[in-house]
Amino acid sequence: MEQFEFNYPAKRKVLKKSHVGVVGSGDLEVLLEPAKDAAASVRIRTSAEGFKNSWKAVLDRFFDRYDGAAYIEINDAGATPGVVFLRLQQAVEASER
Amino acid sequence: MRDPILTREYLKRRSFIELSARDRAKCLFDSGTGRELAGPFDRIESPWLAMQDVTPEADDGCIVMRGTIGGQQAVVIAFAGAFQGGAIGEVSGAKLTAALDLARADNEKGIRTNAVLLLETGGVRLQEANLGLAAVAEIISSIIALRRHAPVISLTAGTVGCFGGMSLAAGVSSYVVMTRQGRLGLNGPEVIEEESGVEEFDASDRSLIWSIFGGQQRYDQGLVDALVDDDADQIVKTVRDLIAQGVPPVHRSEQVDLYRSRITALEDSRQWNPEELHSWKNQNKKENQ
Amino acid sequence: MESGRAAFLEESKQEGKPMNKFTGIRGRIWFKALTGQASSMPGDPHSVLTADAPIGEDKARFLCVVPDPDGRFPCARRGEVGLEEAYTLAARVREAIHADKESTKRPIIAIVDVKSQAYGRREETAGIHLAAAAAADAYASARFAGHPVIALIFGQAISGGFLTHGYQANRLLAFDDDGVLIHAMHKEAAARITRRTVAQLDKLAETVTPLSYNVRDYAKLGLLYKLLHVSDPEDPNAEDVSLVRHEVIAAIQDARKTSPDLINRIESEAARVARKASRLVRARLAEQWNH
Repeated sequence: MEQFEFNYPAKRKVLKKSHVGVVGSGDLEVLLEPAKDAAASVRIRTSAEGFKNSWKAVLDRFFDRYDGAAYIEINDAGATPGVVFLRLQQAVEASER
Repeated sequence: MRDPILTREYLKRRSFIELSARDRAKCLFDSGTGRELAGPFDRIESPWLAMQDVTPEADDGCIVMRGTIGGQQAVVIAFAGAFQGGAIGEVSGAKLTAALDLARADNEKGIRTNAVLLLETGGVRLQEANLGLAAVAEIISSIIALRRHAPVISLTAGTVGCFGGMSLAAGVSSYVVMTRQGRLGLNGPEVIEEESGVEEFDASDRSLIWSIFGGQQRYDQGLVDALVDDDADQIVKTVRDLIAQGVPPVHRSEQVDLYRSRITALEDSRQWNPEELHSWKNQNKKENQ
Repeated sequence: MESGRAAFLEESKQEGKPMNKFTGIRGRIWFKALTGQASSMPGDPHSVLTADAPIGEDKARFLCVVPDPDGRFPCARRGEVGLEEAYTLAARVREAIHADKESTKRPIIAIVDVKSQAYGRREETAGIHLAAAAAADAYASARFAGHPVIALIFGQAISGGFLTHGYQANRLLAFDDDGVLIHAMHKEAAARITRRTVAQLDKLAETVTPLSYNVRDYAKLGLLYKLLHVSDPEDPNAEDVSLVRHEVIAAIQDARKTSPDLINRIESEAARVARKASRLVRARLAEQWNH
């Protein structure tokens, strides 16, 4: 099991928490909540070890567009970057509905 | 030529199987009344998985929701087949037991509260072995305590099915609902092949599997109360109808003499064609007429 | 006693292999030791021993599942709990419930030494899940009706076999002995399915208590009422039998003092530590139940 944390600058207030996904093989769950500070942070737990750089790349890409001050928790069971990105988008969508 | 009306009806169908466990639970409630308890943001996870390099899920794969069904209080407990095969761990098992016990307490206070269990589960989660097994024993006990007051409905739609210790939970329920895609049994095909050999059960034979474990067969042999299509609206209606029927005068698992005599009547020298057991359902029908 | 046991083992050989290769020898020995009887009731399969016998001030119904090499169904001849075993247990327990409806609820004592449930096509075809449910239902119903239900785990108590026969008891007692195995799956099979080696499983069990195959670790989970120490579980002397009887009587009295549910399994001292998460779940759900 590996655990990472990544932080990003963010200002826009997040209004609603959201939860998407399931920790199935090749999938992940995302818990998204308003952050306490004006910043965004992501805590990842994954059973697929050795992919820290992959995670950073996906999150960098995600936070290029997303500017919410969110606290995001990810529980991952070996999802591909594509699936990770999709779940993050779903979580954002659900929090802005 | 395809019947345009039937096609339209078919296209309107909403698949229940394709819904996540959470969405399955949600759709059973009267519109807007479903509320999740001890959900992912409560973060009550398994204490045992991370130390075995298995990623925990924030709801431990069990969703508990309260609300009304047909205007009456109900609690729905759904297992997420996608997480650990829906298998029962300490926390997911405790969620079900606690929900059943709270429903029972409300019934004892005069607040009729029904229970619906969405069972997509392989049984005990091996990574939690003895706590999973203990949890299943407690679940069985709590169903039996609740079902005197209000019906406990087990629903297995697929794709995981209901196996292992949780098949006993289905067995002691007031009503069992299944789709044709669903399967119900104590030991799955792979386990039987593993323990007793491929002659006993060829686990790669899909038609053999459904001919014994499938919802249609279980319904035809009288072990399932309602066989439904993979159609959310139909399933919601079926659950409501069963709730309205209330607690049955006798539960299936209490009919010991009946089933014991049925087993005695079976020939011991050979395997049985599943169709031979359809007589059980027909006998039930005759007795109820 | 030694020669008696040797003779018993000799008689019990199946296909030239000694009986203690299978489960059930402890069950049979202790059933005889505690009841003075050794057989099934008329009409019952030989794999289920039932007897009403005195214990303390009570007359209790004792039940035990044992191997029957001549059983009707091939997958249930070696101490597995199959269709017949499950429905027979259910029938004999319900008989006691019915007979005691207007009188003292006799204790019901399950002597547990079961290899597993029966794994067979016949069994699944005929709905063994319902048979198992019926037995668990009978035991639970007896408990809810006020019968003290006691499980004596003297050998193996595995998975569906244990859920069917024993796990619905008010009080669970077990020998502190390597021959006692309480688990969800036999080690080799569990290793295969979780894709680990047996050695890895053993290592994990050192820190993950619910995985352990050692009864002393099981006791830490808070589910057991008592661990019993006898000189030889397979060849009990008079003292051993006397100790067990004494503890069973105490368990019966204790069961009669408390509610007929299984809440003691989560309220025990050990459970307050080992089952913290279960207790948190119950508390959280209760808090949130009514908004």
